[in-house]
Amino acid sequence: MNSKQNWQEFFIPRLIKACGYSAIVFVALIFFFLLREGLPTLVEVPLKALLDPRWYPIEEHFGILPLISGSLLVTVGAMLVAMPFGIGTAVFISEIAPRWVREILKPLIELLGGLPSVMLGFLGILVLAPFLRVFLNLPTGLTALAGSLLLGAIAVPTVVSIAEDALDAVPRGYREGAWALGATKWQTIWRVTLPAAKSGVLTAVMLGIGRSIGETMTVMMVTGNAPVLAVKLNSIFSPVRTMTATIAAEMGEVASGSVHYRVLFFIGIVLFLISLIVNISASAVIFRSKKRAERILS
Amino acid sequence: MPMVKISIQALSLQYADGTESLRGINLDIHANAITVLFGPAGGGKSSLLRCLNRLNDLTEVRTLAGRILVDGQDILDPKTDVIALRRKVGMVFARPVVLPFSIRGNLTYGLELAGERRKSRLDEAVETSLRQVALWDEVKDRLDDPAIALSGGQQQRLCLARVLALRPEVILLDEPTSGLDPISTGKVEASLQELKRNHTIILVPHSIQQAARVADYAAFFLQGELIEYAPGADLFTAPRDKRTGDYITGRFG
Amino acid sequence: MKAFSINRHIVQRLGFSFLTLITTLTFVPVVWVILYIINKGAPAISWEFISGFPHDGMRAGGILPAIVGTIYLTLGTAIFSVPLGIGAAIYLSEYAADNTLTRLIRLAIINLAGIPSVVYGLFGLGLFVIFLNFGTSILAASLTLSIMTLPVIISTAEEALRSVPQAFRTVSISMGGTQWQTIRRIVLPEALPGIITGVILGLERAAGETAPILFTGAAFFLPRLPHSPFDATMALPYHLFVISTQVPEMPVQIQYGTALVLLTFVVIMNLTATFIRSRARAKRQW
Repeated sequence: MNSKQNWQEFFIPRLIKACGYSAIVFVALIFFFLLREGLPTLVEVPLKALLDPRWYPIEEHFGILPLISGSLLVTVGAMLVAMPFGIGTAVFISEIAPRWVREILKPLIELLGGLPSVMLGFLGILVLAPFLRVFLNLPTGLTALAGSLLLGAIAVPTVVSIAEDALDAVPRGYREGAWALGATKWQTIWRVTLPAAKSGVLTAVMLGIGRSIGETMTVMMVTGNAPVLAVKLNSIFSPVRTMTATIAAEMGEVASGSVHYRVLFFIGIVLFLISLIVNISASAVIFRSKKRAERILS
Repeated sequence: MPMVKISIQALSLQYADGTESLRGINLDIHANAITVLFGPAGGGKSSLLRCLNRLNDLTEVRTLAGRILVDGQDILDPKTDVIALRRKVGMVFARPVVLPFSIRGNLTYGLELAGERRKSRLDEAVETSLRQVALWDEVKDRLDDPAIALSGGQQQRLCLARVLALRPEVILLDEPTSGLDPISTGKVEASLQELKRNHTIILVPHSIQQAARVADYAAFFLQGELIEYAPGADLFTAPRDKRTGDYITGRFG
Repeated sequence: MKAFSINRHIVQRLGFSFLTLITTLTFVPVVWVILYIINKGAPAISWEFISGFPHDGMRAGGILPAIVGTIYLTLGTAIFSVPLGIGAAIYLSEYAADNTLTRLIRLAIINLAGIPSVVYGLFGLGLFVIFLNFGTSILAASLTLSIMTLPVIISTAEEALRSVPQAFRTVSISMGGTQWQTIRRIVLPEALPGIITGVILGLERAAGETAPILFTGAAFFLPRLPHSPFDATMALPYHLFVISTQVPEMPVQIQYGTALVLLTFVVIMNLTATFIRSRARAKRQW
């Protein structure tokens, strides 16, 4: 072994290791800087003000409940769209579709996942909102409903791809066993394959929720941005404002270090923690430590 | 008495997952001969083979005790140059694993890893090693074709040639003919008879028949223990241990 | 028995029809969106639109600075995220032992993938723009986008690396190859198409993102091209956001034209990725 190789063997694995650890460093950095900018909120703004039912920063009303309720409302609506369509499509692609259809649909789903959210927001403003206004006879089409529909579309690729992976991972023998017992394909899907894949499907839904609650541009553009406490069922037909949209819309205009600035970072902390919880619980389902060492033969 | 190339002394091995183990193996392997390690599956033959060029380093091992002396050097010593050892002790696997290169690329791979760049040396190694496995005439006109295009038997002979290109002193073969037809198997066995003149060969056969055909020395393994070790001619005609006899005559396994 | 069996088959047929309907309803809008934007945007596309600067308060002229800005941001993102992401993927696939630390890394990656894009924007603002004093700049925005893209690149690259048969590694090691030689000569080349696919898909997402660059590098309007990594820049997605919400009396045609250019970016990257993947699958020798 020559000296160049020695040098490579020493240096490169260490570099690679550092890359591996970087992910932990980044999560820590993100959390640290959110805390650094946002945590002073708890000192500068009384808790009572944060629980104010109004978000009106100019008059120092920093009630974040309307924003949380807006995020929840839009996310629930989005999941009502994304779950049936996402899981249904995943089952179709994985269990029913002939190969050539699958080869077309999978890239298309990936393309939908790659469409910039700003573009969907743009179409939301120009096409979906006017349609909803006329169709449902509303004063404005820029509502939680418009946000939910578009967010649903954004969450669908996440749900489809993870749910499909889960269905694919069901061993073929399960299905063959069911067929051998005389079950129809449909019965097999319903009674064998889906139940066997249910933890993966659950993960898909959780990650879909995470995707929806964190989505920013689309909701900012189409939900009308009215920070009102959305507690009634028909709030879905009125404008709302989400946590993400609030940050995106207002951060550009606040003075760095001001109370308003701190509160926006505080909302960022809330969002970060929500995504942390959603993703950790979703991954708890995926995580099955696999046996690493693979001996070729005994 | 022929020279002892490898001396295994009180070797014990247990994997981290608790499976397959070796218990107190003592075995002297002679140079310029084919030594056959045989017995029912899970007996520890392959594990022993993988110890001989430290391939077990890739697996999580719970305990590894004893010594393996190759030319008098303990290769289990942590100070051993494992890379050099693996060039000296080559391994052929059960399934022919051709690397995703051309035929030539497969043969020069090992030398290139060792830093050999001279084209003349590489070309020479390609031809010599292919001739040693009687593959030269079959592939000399298409050395730059993907190796995967070869038939299964050719692939396995290529894998043997790939090991030979490194000019090893010891060749380990783990059921090298298990997936091959009888004709390809015959060619591989014929190559081994040639190769033993200059190499020490240790073979895990895929059948008792093969063991009896090629063994200069034979070692019978059962559940991690070495039951009997003798010249092939003796062991297969007059086994001393009842278990060996039972296995050879097909009472179990 | 007979009636029962007919019954089950009717149920099956109904079920299949239902799923087919659902799937159709999922895909028709995707195709429709693409065709609609092409249809509405095509009339706006001209050489002047692609190569000119905006004028009259962005209500006329071209979108060159936004196009160039998006290219800069995408390349900037690639510079940081590609080596880091591939390195991390190699670590996870080839080196990492199955221990608590590795599980922590995986958890961190999953979390990075889940953090809302606007939170990345906040983080970029706090770390790069303010703390490191890069200002609102291409550099700050690219770094922010890089960290956001990292999990996509790591997970796709790791999958590509893992799909290389273990036997190749064993053979290489058994012939006296070191681990790095094995990775460099066999594992990486074989995984390369999969890695490139993942990289493109990750960058595609970065190119279309708006929220992370809002406070880190996006300029509302820039009458020239950026000169250095410390300049702010216009970008296609942000520009589309601006002209569809912030500029009154904006001609719809320019909006659709901008959307079409952005869509073209995304679709080209997507098709490239799909093409590389399918070609590699067809050529694969194992």
